[in-house]
Amino acid sequence: MNNAVTLSETRLKLRKLFLKSEPVRGYTLLSPTLLAMIFGLAMPLVVLFTLSFWLQEYLDFIRTFSLANYLEFFQKPIYVKVLLKSIRISGMVTIATVLLAYPMAYFIAFRVKSNKLIWLILITVPFWTSYLLRVFAWKIMLGYNGVINSGLKSLGFLTEPLAFLLYNPTSVVITLAHAWAAFAILPIYVSLEKIDRSLLEAGRDLGESAWMTFLRVTLPLSLPGVIAASLLVFIPTVGDYVTPSLVGGPRGIMIGNLIQSMFGQSQNWPMGAAISVMSMFTVAAMIGLFLWGTHSYRKRVA
Amino acid sequence: MDHDAIISFQNVSKHFGKVKAVDHVNFDIQRGEFFSLLGPSGCGKTTLLRMVAGFETPSSGEVFLDGEPMSVSPPNRRPVNMVFQNYAIFPHLDVRGNIAFGMRKAGLTRSELDRRIDEVLELIKLPGYGRRGADELSGGQRQRVALARALIKQPKVLLLDEPLGALDKKLREQMQIELRQLQQQIGITFLFVTHDQEEALTLSDRIAVMSEGQVIEIASPSQLYESPGSRFVADFIGSMNFFEGEISSQEGSTVRIQTQTLGDLSAAYPAESSTVGQRVWVAIRPEKLLPVFTEPQSRTNSVAGQMGASAYLGDRSHFYVYLAQRREPVLVALQNLERMKDHLYQPNQSVWLQWALDAVVVLPRD
Repeated sequence: MNNAVTLSETRLKLRKLFLKSEPVRGYTLLSPTLLAMIFGLAMPLVVLFTLSFWLQEYLDFIRTFSLANYLEFFQKPIYVKVLLKSIRISGMVTIATVLLAYPMAYFIAFRVKSNKLIWLILITVPFWTSYLLRVFAWKIMLGYNGVINSGLKSLGFLTEPLAFLLYNPTSVVITLAHAWAAFAILPIYVSLEKIDRSLLEAGRDLGESAWMTFLRVTLPLSLPGVIAASLLVFIPTVGDYVTPSLVGGPRGIMIGNLIQSMFGQSQNWPMGAAISVMSMFTVAAMIGLFLWGTHSYRKRVA
Repeated sequence: MDHDAIISFQNVSKHFGKVKAVDHVNFDIQRGEFFSLLGPSGCGKTTLLRMVAGFETPSSGEVFLDGEPMSVSPPNRRPVNMVFQNYAIFPHLDVRGNIAFGMRKAGLTRSELDRRIDEVLELIKLPGYGRRGADELSGGQRQRVALARALIKQPKVLLLDEPLGALDKKLREQMQIELRQLQQQIGITFLFVTHDQEEALTLSDRIAVMSEGQVIEIASPSQLYESPGSRFVADFIGSMNFFEGEISSQEGSTVRIQTQTLGDLSAAYPAESSTVGQRVWVAIRPEKLLPVFTEPQSRTNSVAGQMGASAYLGDRSHFYVYLAQRREPVLVALQNLERMKDHLYQPNQSVWLQWALDAVVVLPRD
């Protein structure tokens, strides 16, 4: 009896605390997400970071602090070279994707009058098949005896198949640009859709041609979408290893392939972790540079 | 075409599919005029304005701007500028950026442009607001920036699309006065679209009343109010009591009219448009009816009735007076010059309504 009273009293107190205190309520409501973030994002990062300062000895780790992995990263030219190449390829993928996606997003936002949803769904159709299948499809398209080469040959434009289509950085760019198009179209579409149409009329009214109105009103106002699209494409493609390993050939390998081999055949997890950390920092630096650049562009427009 | 007209609509029509938004419109707007397009929503007034701006192309007919046909020139090549209904302030630019937007091709040096911007900021009474962002402005300030952005271009005509609609009443009244002063100060022709008749009456030199794509009447505010040309205009602008009547005799420009409710009355009506036996509307404004509570000696221009409901509106009161032979009550408006004396106005009380000879408007009825 007495026990029950105190129990309900504690519950009452807790309830009061929960209702009264803003922070307690906030953290309680946040807790599921917070736990997921800690165990799903923060912990693996800590593990990766720690691992990168250890060393591998056959099947065991040497658990003493060491900078050897990082020294190796900078001493052997292959790591920096491949990392820079990855950045370059991803940069090209990002530019190609955004340039392709912008007109499509513009078309849906401004020219499609009804059933916009159908157009948006159509854009996601390629995603209904697996990523791997789409990469293989490009292999068939670009291959030595692939669709493009045999097509051009049967039309009489070629006598010898084009060898430069597959197994090089260009084929990686083509495949990735196609694979990530939807991720670029959607954010750009959203930012274009939000633009008040009377702003475009105001641009024309104040003496600017349609093209200049696009440059001075539409483009700066859709920049948040372009930035989001660029980050959404750039970040994941830097670390991609499926596409380069399938269509990239020896010249098309990227940093993801090196990391994968360290955790795979080479059995050097600490080195793989160190490459991952370096790749992460480089990407972060690139994003910082990019955001700073777009910010100053916006200031210049204003 | 009138050579002094800054804008001339010649047989202008605009169809959207089967909808006739604008239907054979013909009229001129004079240089330096404050001209309003007034009508209920969907009457085509905004479409007409957008055709001047260049955002719509006439389906037939032609809009002339300062003598030049406009239908092939794009909005950016027209010497007009617009204040949009929602102001359309560029959110990515500050106040100066917004005002300078249209001046890129003006060929001004940096310092000249800065001076001009300062001038218009002074004109719209927002000096020192140049570096404010678009999102740091109140509704009234946004409206002023939209005005400044258009005025710095020194357009031949300034187009205003219901620019005061989003403001609260006090601010709207203040902006009305400022707009009028501004227009007189700079002398640019203003073409103003509104559905608010009070606003149109306050601001305009002339008003075009529109309905269903057509211009019903163009006249000065006082003409429209005091001697409207049709029942539609009389009804749309202000309140009006209508009585059915028939012309019984005619003497010069004065006619005798027989009505069932008001008895016989005389009124001014141009001789050339009247014939004996013609059916007409007798229209009297509520404020031109004077209620008295003792029976008047003369029975001419007066009618007996019974007091119905009343509404107290602060500056004035509205009464509904029931007449014999008429189902709907007559609206009477009385200025509350003295403090309200409620006991004077009791329902079912006998009342006589009197009016002056020139209070009666006679309109054709068919």
